Amino acid sequence: MIKRIDSQKSEMIRIYFEGKVIYVHKGDTVASALLEAGVTHFQNTTSRGSQRGPFCMMGVCFDCLVEIDEQPNQQACMINVYQEMKIKRQANLLK
Amino acid sequence: MNKMCDFDSIVIGGGMIGSSIAFGLAKQDEKVAMIDEGDNALRAARGNFGLIWVQGKGEKNSSYADLTLQSAKKWPRFNNELMALTKIDIGFEQKGGFDFCLNQEEFDERIILLKHIAENSNEQFSYEMFNHEELAKKLPKIGPEVVGASYSSWDGHVNPLLLLRSLHKGFQELGGKLLTHSVSDIKYNDSYFSVQAKNSIINSNKVILAAGFSNQNLAPKIGLKMSLFPQRGQILVTEKIKPFLDYPTGLIRQTNEGGLLLGDSHEDVGFDDGTNLQTMQQIAQRVTTIFPFLRDVKMIRAWGSLRILTDDRLPIYDYSKTCPGAYTVSSHSGVTLAAIHALDIASYIVKDGKLPISLNCFSAERFND
Repeated sequence: MIKRIDSQKSEMIRIYFEGKVIYVHKGDTVASALLEAGVTHFQNTTSRGSQRGPFCMMGVCFDCLVEIDEQPNQQACMINVYQEMKIKRQANLLK
Repeated sequence: MNKMCDFDSIVIGGGMIGSSIAFGLAKQDEKVAMIDEGDNALRAARGNFGLIWVQGKGEKNSSYADLTLQSAKKWPRFNNELMALTKIDIGFEQKGGFDFCLNQEEFDERIILLKHIAENSNEQFSYEMFNHEELAKKLPKIGPEVVGASYSSWDGHVNPLLLLRSLHKGFQELGGKLLTHSVSDIKYNDSYFSVQAKNSIINSNKVILAAGFSNQNLAPKIGLKMSLFPQRGQILVTEKIKPFLDYPTGLIRQTNEGGLLLGDSHEDVGFDDGTNLQTMQQIAQRVTTIFPFLRDVKMIRAWGSLRILTDDRLPIYDYSKTCPGAYTVSSHSGVTLAAIHALDIASYIVKDGKLPISLNCFSAERFND
């Protein structure tokens, strides 16, 4: 499980994952915010539909793709959360 | 086999053409070695767009149009054969392909071109022209500037990297030996060939030269002529998106995994196989004119690769008059022609000891100056 080591108090903002409200730290990436909230299944891959979540956390593995405000294929580890962001698990695009 | 020989045949070059022919030779129960140079080579087969393409080819040479169509017709059988042997799904699809026209002039010229090719075709090449409204029924996302497109039912596509992998695997399963060496010299010793590969010499009864641009240096050593030049094409790859394009086209195709390949630049830049912003912009511009919604789709990589061309854009198929048993093939249509290379050309070389007569017009002797 992911554990926050930064002890500084940062502002909390509201985002949504699959329609559910989550309060997260401002300044976090979508990937770290969701991981802290206990989400590990971010997408089903396009090729085989298998479950994936963040692996590299630095923008190269493309395993953390989610849909953000109706835009598919967003790299959760490369985008910071913002107030009222609506995130959806990305479904297999070929299905 | 000559008792000096390690192999019946050595194929020099492990790209699309070498692999197809080596696969075909191994199928004929020949003892075959395929020598692949390695990743320091120019590797045209790894930069391929993956089209099996018939329409528009052979305007000035109906033999080339026929060869292309013959191969396209053999592709379903070839795909089944490969798949049965290697269990690799290469993403083969042949539902026909479209080539877009962005103004009336292009549309009118296309009709003249395809009509000419069809009239001279021994293989019954046929095509259809679609105007904007007709095309929009097949490809609903086309933009308003698309005047129409030509369609040929023979066109198709594959994943070229998986095709290459499948050919290599199939070749080895048929008993072929794949070696990774740079070939520095070939000698003809009256009845057999000695191929100098790194520090070893390998002997064979036959040599098939399919080494891309290296054909240029190696051909004269075994009495063959060669005249090649590079032309760069750049390819852009996008993120995976929902399937929207049921047919491959000359400029854009959607792979069975959802990603798009965009391409078709023709650049005279010598042996530079890099990319540049200007050309990528031109490709993106043309593609977003055809499908405006692609403006919002992200590009994830691009590469350049070099086509292996001759002055008349036709392939070279040749055999050596002074060193019997030496053959060469140079072509930039390795995917389209893979079926005929593997199924037919290889068996001609083994059974008849020569190339089919229909390929005589592709001898490099035509470049005599």
